[in-house]
Amino acid sequence: MIKVEQLTKKFGDNTVLKGISTTIKQGEVVAIIGPSGSGKSTFLRCLNLLEQPTTGDIWIQSKKITNPKINKLSMRENIGMVFQHFHLFPHMTVLDNVTYAPQKVKGIKKEEAEKNAMELLEQVGLTEKAKAYPNKLSGGQKQRVAIARALAMNPEIMLFDEPTSALDPEMVKEVLDVMKDLAKSGMTMVVVTHEMNFAKEVADQILFLDDGKLVEKGNPTQFFKEPKTERAKDFLDKIL
Amino acid sequence: MNLDFSQIVPYIPFMLKGIWVTLKFVFFSISVGFALGILIALCKITKVRFLKWLADAYTSIFRGTPLILQLMIIYYAVPQLFDYDISAFLSAILAFGLNSAAYVSEIIRAGILAVDRGQVEAAQALGVPYPKMMLHIILPQAFKNILPALMNEFITLTKESAIVSVIGYLDIMRRAQIVGSRIFHNFEPLLFAGVIYWVMVFLLTQIGKYMERRLRQSD
Repeated sequence: MIKVEQLTKKFGDNTVLKGISTTIKQGEVVAIIGPSGSGKSTFLRCLNLLEQPTTGDIWIQSKKITNPKINKLSMRENIGMVFQHFHLFPHMTVLDNVTYAPQKVKGIKKEEAEKNAMELLEQVGLTEKAKAYPNKLSGGQKQRVAIARALAMNPEIMLFDEPTSALDPEMVKEVLDVMKDLAKSGMTMVVVTHEMNFAKEVADQILFLDDGKLVEKGNPTQFFKEPKTERAKDFLDKIL
Repeated sequence: MNLDFSQIVPYIPFMLKGIWVTLKFVFFSISVGFALGILIALCKITKVRFLKWLADAYTSIFRGTPLILQLMIIYYAVPQLFDYDISAFLSAILAFGLNSAAYVSEIIRAGILAVDRGQVEAAQALGVPYPKMMLHIILPQAFKNILPALMNEFITLTKESAIVSVIGYLDIMRRAQIVGSRIFHNFEPLLFAGVIYWVMVFLLTQIGKYMERRLRQSD
């Protein structure tokens, strides 16, 4: 479970998040949507402390991660993250990308890490690319490897920061399909996305952010059919 | 024209021995410069103000004064301070190593900063601790980019190593001077020394190109 209370984030004089509170339940898939510059990504990045919140508190599985004494590294082992631009390690093969963190962070033996990695690559449909370097992959393939890499740490929560925004249109589906499977398996997922169909189909909860505030939250059917706020209505009118 | 290369023939083994002598201290100097250079580069990019200041001061001093002065201070002045009779060999390694570290640290710093910030975030998100992240993820990528600049620095060091002749260290240069004064002809031994330096640098360049090709495999 993730609980966020009165979260604010300032970059210099610029207040990006203006007091956000919400709860995300175990196994829930949450889609965060909103116009660009609304603070979606910053909010997501606060959840694994890639950004340090200015004020407010975050609990993950009842552990208060905004406690300054928390061990950030061991906290992050439990939270996988997938980035818009993949950020695969370019000097390592696909297999090494996936086995690196389990070996070097968790101390898992090479054979076991590789066995586990091959299973994950099968799950994302890329076993035949195990020995390839990332530059030999398409965007969609890179992102699927990035998902496998995050899953290799066996996280309880997965964060996705616009995972399909940097992809060519014909590759969006293969990534979304992997994410759908993951959602079905009961993974807790927080997804910043512009894919409204994905949000509609897969999400259990929609968070609509605008200007650093959580303007509206609700289940997708209700949100897309009849948004309660004027701003959400405006936003949906523009993009649908 | 008054050239007679036959005169240096008896001295060729003596001069060739200088290759080993030069290579020995150049090898240690490069190692010291490289290791220390990485350390100083890491100090330059840290958030700890004091370390940053220290690293910048170090670079400023070693780049801002002549190498020959540094060499002579270490060789002639250290015994005066510490009552320790430092050998020419050790002085040479120290002077060239410390000096090279200043240049290497700048090259490595630039290389680290050129690595995509996303690589750091990806490593952090996986819970990778800082030393492992640097060693396995950031530095390998940085080195690939800076290898040509780094090789250039090593080649410069190999060539400039001839400066050690001023403290009487028996390197290639010094041996050429000795032969010159022995046979009262300078052109022949100096030219021979020049050929030796050129061949050494040529080989180093080839090694650099080979390493570059190896590292480009993931491109």
